[in-house]
Amino acid sequence: MSTTYLPKGLAAPSAAPDGLSQPFWDGTRQRKLMIQKCRGCGAHQWGPEWICHRCHSFDLDWVEVKGRGRIYSYEKPHHPVHPALVGHGPYIIVLVELDGVNVRMLGNLLGDPAQEVPLGAEVEAVFEPHDEADPPYTLVQWRRV
Amino acid sequence: MAERTLRGTVAIVGIGETTYYKHGKSPDSEFKLALQAIVRACEDAGISPHDVDGFASYGNDRSDGPRLAAALGVKALRFSNMFWGGGGGGVCGAVGNAAAAVATGMADCVVAFRSLAQGQYARYGRGAPVASVGGEQAFTVPYGLMSPAQMFAMKVTRFMATHGIGQEALRAISLACYHHAQNNPNAVMKGRPLTPEGYDASRWIIEPHFHLYDCCQENDGAAAVVVVPADRAKDFKNTPAYLLACGQGGDHRSAAPVHNMPDYPGSHFKALAPRMYDMAKLGPAEIDIVQCYENFTGGVLMSLVEHGLVKAEEANQVLTPENLKAPLGKMPLNTSGGNLAECYMHGLELVIEAVRQLRGTAINQSTKRDTAIVIGGPMVTPVSSLILGSEAAL
Repeated sequence: MSTTYLPKGLAAPSAAPDGLSQPFWDGTRQRKLMIQKCRGCGAHQWGPEWICHRCHSFDLDWVEVKGRGRIYSYEKPHHPVHPALVGHGPYIIVLVELDGVNVRMLGNLLGDPAQEVPLGAEVEAVFEPHDEADPPYTLVQWRRV
Repeated sequence: MAERTLRGTVAIVGIGETTYYKHGKSPDSEFKLALQAIVRACEDAGISPHDVDGFASYGNDRSDGPRLAAALGVKALRFSNMFWGGGGGGVCGAVGNAAAAVATGMADCVVAFRSLAQGQYARYGRGAPVASVGGEQAFTVPYGLMSPAQMFAMKVTRFMATHGIGQEALRAISLACYHHAQNNPNAVMKGRPLTPEGYDASRWIIEPHFHLYDCCQENDGAAAVVVVPADRAKDFKNTPAYLLACGQGGDHRSAAPVHNMPDYPGSHFKALAPRMYDMAKLGPAEIDIVQCYENFTGGVLMSLVEHGLVKAEEANQVLTPENLKAPLGKMPLNTSGGNLAECYMHGLELVIEAVRQLRGTAINQSTKRDTAIVIGGPMVTPVSSLILGSEAAL
């Protein structure tokens, strides 16, 4: 059994129905953080889109980025809004600004839910495999460095 | 070329509400609630529902225009319109769409409305128990981020930290709403006054800024307003409230997925508010009454700032219960109790209260009552807001 930050029972991520984000989820299974990069203008883009919002190229590549960034904002939900979370809270969600690529990513901040969460603090990506899920998937989580 | 504007072209001449219920407690179906609110709005205007010729709503309202028209025996349906987007972002936009139809001659008498019965349908504040999620939800739901409160809390965290605003500012918003509800017989929270101590002791929904009393209720009910051409506005039973301006939309890429909107800590009114004031030919200093949609108090704070009603650096001083209470406060806010304490009617109850204030028939009547702003659905996108005025404000 793999260890996960949140209890089992939350919905699993899927690239369906349109397949747009498939390369991201394929990447996390290989412990790679993949985001879109426009072959037209070279800008990174996240979340996934079919078109580059800057230059309108449809030729979007997926490239690996370093899983490092800074905490831009956070929240600690206490109230359970899903049966799987009853009795579990609080837990921490962070919004992370990735270094050098001008995009933000979400995830849980690993560690003690009572910890202070300073805005601007450095974090790194941690891959959280859910191997027993069908199909298996891997989430990207964050921890302070 | 003639000036392109809605200013002074239409008026709200009828307002109607059902009894407001706690979520799941309505004895009537959602569609019946919609019909009740529309019939009451027509009674208030002194017209027959047969003479309504259009419907405008928002938030994916399930009571659709053609069905309403058939049920009410509308003679001819000329406008049937839905504002994109979830939540109450479209509340003022729906009124604006009704206004645009009337102002341009597409229709003569359009009802803007909202109906909700959450016993019959799902609640907003609960994650759906599904096995898998795709698209943008795949990047949020597995992290326990699925309710509206959770979607917006990090905007508030960042905004409060950036501007050094204290929790007391949010508490003042909540206290003002609960205070106003205590006099309102149709307020769901009448008889349940809130004290500063009660607010402080209330449980966390989400740290660091969302206490229980920072979050709106979920309710059952319906509300409707009747929009007609301004040049006929005096032919109806009650004093008209004239539309001075309406704005809707969002800032640059405000719907960018996975929390990547460029201007993150905000409520999405920055682009529309100046344009709306231009249309109204007045500024925030000339607004008498403020009705601002509270999904969460943090959204109210950011909306007030983005509409120029409060400066972020003065929020700690200006947002006090005394300043926000009618009749004597500097800026009476949500004078019927709003989404927090009257009813979460997706903000349409705020439009109705603005009309009552301009008519002079509000329960917590403001002494100044020539202009009223209504701000809809902060932090969702698209959002919308409008300004109403008395005849003297035209």
